[in-house]
Amino acid sequence: MAFFRSHVLVSVDPECLKRGAHEVIDALHDELVAQGLIDEVQVLETSRIGDPVFYGPDMMVYPEGIHYANLTPDDIPYLVEEHFLKGRPVERFRAQERLVRDEELRPPQPKEVRVVLRNCGVIDPNNIEDYIAEDGYMALAKVLTEMTPEQVIDTVLQSGLRGRGGAGFPTGRKWQFARQSPGDVKYVICNADEGDPGAFMNRRVLEGDPHAVIEGMIIAAYAIGSRQGYIYCRAEYPLAVKTLNIAITQAREFGFLGKNILGTDFSFDLEVRMGAGAFVCGEETALMASIEGRRGEPRPRPPFPAVAGLWMKPTNVNNVETYANVPQIILRGPEWYSSMGTEKSKGTKTFALAGDVKNTGLIEVPFGITLREVIYDVGGGIKDNKGFKAIQTGGPMGGCLSAEFLDLPIDYESLTKAGSMMGSGGLVVMDEDTCMVDIARFFMDFTQEESCGKCTPCRIGTRKILEILTRICEGKGRDGDIEQLEELCTWIKATSLCGLGQGAPTPVESTLKLFRHEYEAHVYEKRCPAKVCRALISYEIQPDVCTGCTVCARNCPTSAISGERRQPHKIDPDICVRCGICMQVCNFNAIVIN
Amino acid sequence: MLKQITIPENDPVAVPEKRAIIDQILEQNKDLPGGLMVILNEVQSQIGFISEPMQLYIANHLHVPVSAVHGVVSFYSFFTTKPRGKHTIKFCMGTACYVGGTPQLIDKARQVLGIEPGETTSDGLITLELCRCVGACSQAPVVVVDEDTHGRVRPNKFPQIVRGLQENDGK
Repeated sequence: MAFFRSHVLVSVDPECLKRGAHEVIDALHDELVAQGLIDEVQVLETSRIGDPVFYGPDMMVYPEGIHYANLTPDDIPYLVEEHFLKGRPVERFRAQERLVRDEELRPPQPKEVRVVLRNCGVIDPNNIEDYIAEDGYMALAKVLTEMTPEQVIDTVLQSGLRGRGGAGFPTGRKWQFARQSPGDVKYVICNADEGDPGAFMNRRVLEGDPHAVIEGMIIAAYAIGSRQGYIYCRAEYPLAVKTLNIAITQAREFGFLGKNILGTDFSFDLEVRMGAGAFVCGEETALMASIEGRRGEPRPRPPFPAVAGLWMKPTNVNNVETYANVPQIILRGPEWYSSMGTEKSKGTKTFALAGDVKNTGLIEVPFGITLREVIYDVGGGIKDNKGFKAIQTGGPMGGCLSAEFLDLPIDYESLTKAGSMMGSGGLVVMDEDTCMVDIARFFMDFTQEESCGKCTPCRIGTRKILEILTRICEGKGRDGDIEQLEELCTWIKATSLCGLGQGAPTPVESTLKLFRHEYEAHVYEKRCPAKVCRALISYEIQPDVCTGCTVCARNCPTSAISGERRQPHKIDPDICVRCGICMQVCNFNAIVIN
Repeated sequence: MLKQITIPENDPVAVPEKRAIIDQILEQNKDLPGGLMVILNEVQSQIGFISEPMQLYIANHLHVPVSAVHGVVSFYSFFTTKPRGKHTIKFCMGTACYVGGTPQLIDKARQVLGIEPGETTSDGLITLELCRCVGACSQAPVVVVDEDTHGRVRPNKFPQIVRGLQENDGK
């Protein structure tokens, strides 16, 4: 490998390309050749560095770590001469560092530990050499040359790694089952069908560090004795699919995939298969049906995939994050991994932090951290210094937890015990202005839409719950609605075929348990305590505060506001659609919700 | 009696160039285990939709019942049976937008493009759709063009949006 004294990473995300990133690269290349520096300075293309709207095209120069921004091809000759020839950074091209930010993935916050996300945003995902430079494929080499499949499984077992897709089944046990299942043909599948709204941890790993997932899969294949693997990625992630395909091609060229990997007699190959927009395909049996080219409908288990999976052959299905953990466990040892976390949940977990919290985005924290630490230390607290009301964990099949659970250490068992679940890792923080009935209705709307329709409890049950919730939100709740909701939740949970149906009632169940008073206020008092449900609120102008500036009347889409200039205005509740525009435009805070 | 399916003359199956694309996709993937999903994904992305004659054509080539193909096509939301335009204009049907003038906008769109919501212009450039509240009620009425949200769209501004798409296409 050639040695370069300096590396220049030029951002080539779509916005930078539009602003001429390729012209900058061409100019850079020409100038380096002209100055005779082309063997000393390497130019690499990378994804986003700073916000392209402020910086594009921009580049990062290593080892100094200097960020140059807003470059044009005309700037390059001077820049090359000064920086690379004379060794003097050019101050006027430098980006204002305080503005550098990636909304999805910030620099590690206090209490974060990055294992899975360690390479994301650091290496070039389209260059396998970058991954190798970060000890990539070392774990694979170790496994193939020094370890038996049984030893690999033992190591994963000892590490305590559990399935990161949400269910938390011990990964080593899963591998053991697949290994013990009789059969010559076995498959390894990576579930990259990350469908929970608001969750994008897996997407960032696939786009930022695809080789970690591929290496994890090859190791799993060696452990269970498989020669063929599939990565099932959702169609909504075209960049992830593209990145994976590039990574697989490069891994083949380097001899990490294909026949006789690293000169051993172990052979394994991988293929990416795309979904087509069905949420239920994240369920493992539905996912396998989809790979087989059929409707993505789940089937009852047992038999489990480890016994009869893809094309009825023994199959190991793990999530993206699970596989991405494996190489690190092999390299750094199971003791290192199990030193993080709680008694039963080891290691770290990535979460997508969203909602009314100051720092939204991806985080990776060790298990055992409390919800309070996640929200206030990592997340920076609640937006606009409002009060905390609830945190929703586990995506649309998870539940909402109230303030009394803030000091709950996060692990698989504690969340389940609290009435929610780990799920794939979405965390939505809600402030005091959130209506829990409305939130429950929102999630039921999603699951009802995504129910595949195969089994009756899920197909009809979710629809029935949604109808009742909609009724309650519209102020038409009746006596007995709450009890009927509870009954429906119990039955859907007990009788549905797959995780989607079994989990669908959780948002309703958990809010019923912890925020029952809000349901009761809606049903019996026709009142929405959080002032969200439109049918149950009315906007009113306080006559003593209103100055009669007419701005509300002019902005009202339905002309529901009347009044003379300089005289207090009035809202006609029969015409008002409760859109809230008047409240937003009022400069005197004269409008209140009742 | 077997129902005969009449193939419209503009169906991709009847257009030699398009049929060649489908044939190539079929040829490339016919031996792939579970290839139906791969084939349908490719056809959807290259042709833009999967009509009934296309489903029949694919089923015959793979020697599977057409019901199996149709079952898959109708299951996944990414597969469409009607051609979609290059650009999609969605009208927000949230309450504020509805009251704020979405119906008038749709009237204008009918007048300008000569199509109903759910349909596509004959040049294949624009598909009109209705959607649920996009959460931009303060901007009502809202029109979402591909990924971009346009707020406070008055009927007289709508032709401008259409012109923007047409000019972009000419480039």
